[in-house]
Amino acid sequence: MTSAVTFNAVSRHYGKVRAVDRVTLDIAPGEFFALLGPSGSGKTTCLRLIAGFEQPTSGTISIFGQDATLTPPYRRPVNTVFQDYALFPHLSVEDNVAYGLMIAGEDKDERRRKAHEALELVALSGFGARKPSELSGGQRQRVALARALVMQPKVLLLDEPLGALDLKLREQMQGELKSLQRQLGITFVFVTHDQGEALSMSDRIAVFNEGRIWQIGSPAEVYDRPETPFVADFVGSSNVLPPEMVSGLTGVSAPASLRPEAITLGSGELKGKVLSHAFIGAATRIEVAVPRTTLNVLVAKDKPVPPIGSEVSLDWSRDALHIMERADG
Amino acid sequence: MAEALAARVSDGLWRRPGLLLLLLVVPPLLWLGIVYLGSLFALLAQSFFSIDEFSGLVKHEFTLKTYGELFRASNFDILVRTILMASAVTIGAAIVAFPIAYYAARYARGRWKAVFYLGIMLPLWSSYLVKVYSWKLILAKEGILNWLFETLHLSWVLNAYLAIPGIGGNSLSVSWTGTFLVFLYVWLPFMILPVQAALERVPPSMLEASGDLGAKPGQTLRYVVLPLALPGIIAGSIFTFSLTMGDYIIPQIVGTSARMIGQAVYQFQGTAGNIPLAAAFAVVPIAVMGVYLTVAKRMGAFDAL
Repeated sequence: MTSAVTFNAVSRHYGKVRAVDRVTLDIAPGEFFALLGPSGSGKTTCLRLIAGFEQPTSGTISIFGQDATLTPPYRRPVNTVFQDYALFPHLSVEDNVAYGLMIAGEDKDERRRKAHEALELVALSGFGARKPSELSGGQRQRVALARALVMQPKVLLLDEPLGALDLKLREQMQGELKSLQRQLGITFVFVTHDQGEALSMSDRIAVFNEGRIWQIGSPAEVYDRPETPFVADFVGSSNVLPPEMVSGLTGVSAPASLRPEAITLGSGELKGKVLSHAFIGAATRIEVAVPRTTLNVLVAKDKPVPPIGSEVSLDWSRDALHIMERADG
Repeated sequence: MAEALAARVSDGLWRRPGLLLLLLVVPPLLWLGIVYLGSLFALLAQSFFSIDEFSGLVKHEFTLKTYGELFRASNFDILVRTILMASAVTIGAAIVAFPIAYYAARYARGRWKAVFYLGIMLPLWSSYLVKVYSWKLILAKEGILNWLFETLHLSWVLNAYLAIPGIGGNSLSVSWTGTFLVFLYVWLPFMILPVQAALERVPPSMLEASGDLGAKPGQTLRYVVLPLALPGIIAGSIFTFSLTMGDYIIPQIVGTSARMIGQAVYQFQGTAGNIPLAAAFAVVPIAVMGVYLTVAKRMGAFDAL
């Protein structure tokens, strides 16, 4: 089967800055694919390369088997939901949604019908006559979504679409986006810096840093078996144990990741001193200074929280320690 | 002591923001209300008086006779000529200004932006009369433009153009085309700056979104950029249109001997001493601008604001 989007050693340089550096990736049709990384990691540039707003400095891009490296955005079968939504302020909500259809030369009735359908899909029927400025952030986000979906793209690109929404709305939209994607069967490529969002929504995640992909895999793979310390730290803020410490514990001299929730207090050989507490609702996160590093430990609600300054013993099951043998970061 | 007083004044003002606002707003309001609007109404009132043809004195009685005089052929010609010229200058300025403003808003960054502002503002720093007289020299028969056409062996093009009745003449400096060019040059910054400001507010993602939805660059220009630039173009046209309608220096120095509104006002209130007719002439640009803005608003020119 042909891939929805293929990057073949794609680079995008701005002068000396390598925004995207030899990225190779394959996105399968119908997949919910997340590009995850901190700001400036190249994930948004990658999305813009798929949309056609940027041209690669080198490498090739193809969309559903068609070479699209030099294809202008208006000839690509992809549509984008912009971070700032980019709704046209001079057009009504309905005209915004129907904009692409108007450009494509569809007749007025057809445009109206499809725009209504799309607005219904995002639960905004009845808002067609309003101006974008009269909508709330969440509603604008839905209009932007409807405007892209009405074009029936083969690939929908979403650039941090939930970034501007408050927590409650964001969680609700995450669920809605996911079910919409299942319902429509369109390939979604989703840019986010929020690891929780990426883990909960995507089929696969590409973790970006400094213009490169550090790991591609399912949420469980990326979370449980990070290949590099960066991935371990960025996805789920895992403890990264330095190689000297790991060799003392296991005999292998390589960094290892250890999830804060995998550590239990009370018994065990490793001893440390509690430095700080942070209450995070379902649990309390404590920082414990051990020889060579400090570890984050999650103490579940029903367990006693050791006071700051006290000595604790730390323990974990053998397979909780994940050794990362890739040395490149 | 003085410090304590200053502290009490600033504390007092901080506690009563309304008082501060009043202090800030009253002087300009007095200026606007009495000096500006007052004289405008005085002018309006004058236009409803008439002049006694025998004594040459102003009769202070309400009449529409003076407005009637505007429709006398010789006067009406002046109105039509001025409005046509102002429209041509406005359209010309919009066409010339748009690409410059677009470049400045979308592409110029840092040093180039400074160069842009300097380039736009620099002509405004030199005297208006110097600029107009320079143009007279440029456009004259012995001027550089003529010389350029001759050097390129294109004099026949210029001569053919000058032979066109209405817009041509003996040389560019005594033709309507010359007047148009000088107006265009002198008022151009007033069109570029508001258009640039309007385009500056259009985020790049808006243009990308249009392309993303299938619009070719030309379609994006037509359906997104122009509508969003329109408030700026209208703002600029208010300047170019009203400045052209009121000017009485440029048509006097460059162009034919036929008068424009500004010259008519100047002559009627000065040498002819016909203040009511001068006032009636002066009301025309105000009325035209009022109609123009109403129509523009009806057509949705300010929807993107």
